[in-house]
Amino acid sequence: MSGQALLSVESVAVDLPTARGNLRAVDHVDLTLPAGRTLGIVGESGCGKTMLSRAILQLLPKKAKLSGRVMFDGRDLVSCSADQLRKLRARSLAVVFQDPMTSLNPVLTIGTQLIETLQEHLDLGSSTARKRAVDLLAAVGIPAPEQRLMQYPHQLSGGMRQRVAIAIALSCEPKLLIADEPTTALDVTIQAQILDLLAREQRRRHMAMILITHDLGVVAGRTDEVAVMYAGRVVERAPTQALFKKMHMPYTQALLSAIPKLDTAPHTRLPAISGRPPDPTRPIDGCSFSPRCRYAIDRCRREKPVLADAETVDHKYACFHPLKLSGGIGT
Amino acid sequence: MMQDGALRGSIAPLLRVENLVVEYVVGNKIVHAVSDVSLEIARGETLGLVGESGCGKSTLGRAVLRLRPAVSGRVLFDGEDLTAMQSDALRKMRRRVQLIFQDPIASLNPRRRIGDIIAEPLVIAGVKDPSERHQRVCDALDAVGLDPIPILSRLPHEFSGGQCQRICIARALVLNPDFIICDEPVSALDVSIRAQILNLLEEMKARFGLTLLFIAHDLAVVKAVSDRVAVMYLGRLCEVGPSEQLFAKPAHPYTALLIEAIPVPDPDVRPNESIPVGEPPSPIAPPSGCRFRTRCPRADQKCRDEVPPMREVRPTQYAACHHPLS
Repeated sequence: MSGQALLSVESVAVDLPTARGNLRAVDHVDLTLPAGRTLGIVGESGCGKTMLSRAILQLLPKKAKLSGRVMFDGRDLVSCSADQLRKLRARSLAVVFQDPMTSLNPVLTIGTQLIETLQEHLDLGSSTARKRAVDLLAAVGIPAPEQRLMQYPHQLSGGMRQRVAIAIALSCEPKLLIADEPTTALDVTIQAQILDLLAREQRRRHMAMILITHDLGVVAGRTDEVAVMYAGRVVERAPTQALFKKMHMPYTQALLSAIPKLDTAPHTRLPAISGRPPDPTRPIDGCSFSPRCRYAIDRCRREKPVLADAETVDHKYACFHPLKLSGGIGT
Repeated sequence: MMQDGALRGSIAPLLRVENLVVEYVVGNKIVHAVSDVSLEIARGETLGLVGESGCGKSTLGRAVLRLRPAVSGRVLFDGEDLTAMQSDALRKMRRRVQLIFQDPIASLNPRRRIGDIIAEPLVIAGVKDPSERHQRVCDALDAVGLDPIPILSRLPHEFSGGQCQRICIARALVLNPDFIICDEPVSALDVSIRAQILNLLEEMKARFGLTLLFIAHDLAVVKAVSDRVAVMYLGRLCEVGPSEQLFAKPAHPYTALLIEAIPVPDPDVRPNESIPVGEPPSPIAPPSGCRFRTRCPRADQKCRDEVPPMREVRPTQYAACHHPLS
């Protein structure tokens, strides 16, 4: 990806000690994201996408071991002090989580949570902060924002709570917003509204955004670049258009084919991916996808493929047998 | 009065729901969970039931089994009225109907072994011979693609979500039921596992001649397995029709909205940002007339005043709308 990078993740690895041994949640990931661009991170549960976002935010569990560098806006977050991080997270780095019920404080009103954030981080007086809070709620599509300030999270629907969480995340004009499965807990009609809202605010504020999801359909129309993760590693990365035009990694293709589509006839057998993701406490020598891959040969089981350049610009994939355009395999 | 939407011309449907009403009392308010719903499922058919959370689709599924009491209406299973049945007869009838839930891990008792979990329905049904029970448990596990012997004495936490859902399906199959209600069976599963489970359900249906009520909020998932689809909104059915036809030519504006909202995995398809939006109103005080009118771009005074009846808009496709899409 071209342009000055706002965020660059350099060889980041995250290890978690568990009762069953060391769990490598993120395995040497490199990513860059220029200001004002959107990156989709796609993968199934346990692929490390959430741990990666937590590594970027420096919000890893205490026991986790992080290696590598996370450069954000010219600073290495890994070596920042707790106080510096707090300031950064307040002003430039924001996050929206999957479940708005757990990210909002249930015993404080929406108004308190929003106004407090504004006063604390932007040094606003109470009446200015209040006015700004109302504007923000209106901007994220909440009807009757004045009245909502007095309400508690449980009095709102899931979609409305997620809008409030987005309003809080946007309140200090962040440079980067990380949205971690922001619509997974929501209905499909509400999902579309929330994704539209995020896209609109991202463009309007020219902020960079990382959209984490398990659904390739969600990233397709709403990101500039996509990184596909499997077993802790990025296995394919490309500009969104290029990726959907030509997938190189069999896993990406399999993930897309496994989604039921509206234009296929009922009772068509779905091309399922056999087996399941590997146990992250038992690393595999070769390609992590090889036990489920129908193209796997001996080399795939012995040797780990690294991200290599495809013919198209900025397209990288980690596979010894990338898919050809025709759907066959190359050598 | 019986709604036409239910009358599908099937002479002896396996399940027939007539004007079913289910309400809950919360504090001093009444939640209108299912309001005057009628439908039929033919033998060997899969009926998909879709709608957003809170629309009453799960309540409808449970009310069919009388796990929720109905305020009024009838449920006929294989010609017999479940709503009027005494508890003994009901218990016998329930052997023929099984349920599969959304969260496969939560629906297995964490302290019991897989073999005992699957044998439980047999014990309740009075199968006394342990070797017969063992055989039937093994057959059921085998059918869902699990190797029985190594897992009989293991506990649920040793299995992944997808495997737990296979175990739940095995438990549902062990009594050789005629009818299975699947309530969001794949929505807690990952994409790659979801396809495996959907394929498995289809195989089981063909192999054991099952009839399915498949409840889900994901239209594409529902379409993949259903012969006909019923769309529910705020306690009422909006539209019923053959899957392919319903998705190709939705007649009810709500069905169209649901289809419109599905994210398409193709970057050349720009997301439609003009979806008529808003959220469903509360089922405690549903809107008068057509319940969808508060979100509907076509709503007018008639929609406010009159509940739209189910009408046949195209052969075998029924919609409850004053201004159906053509």
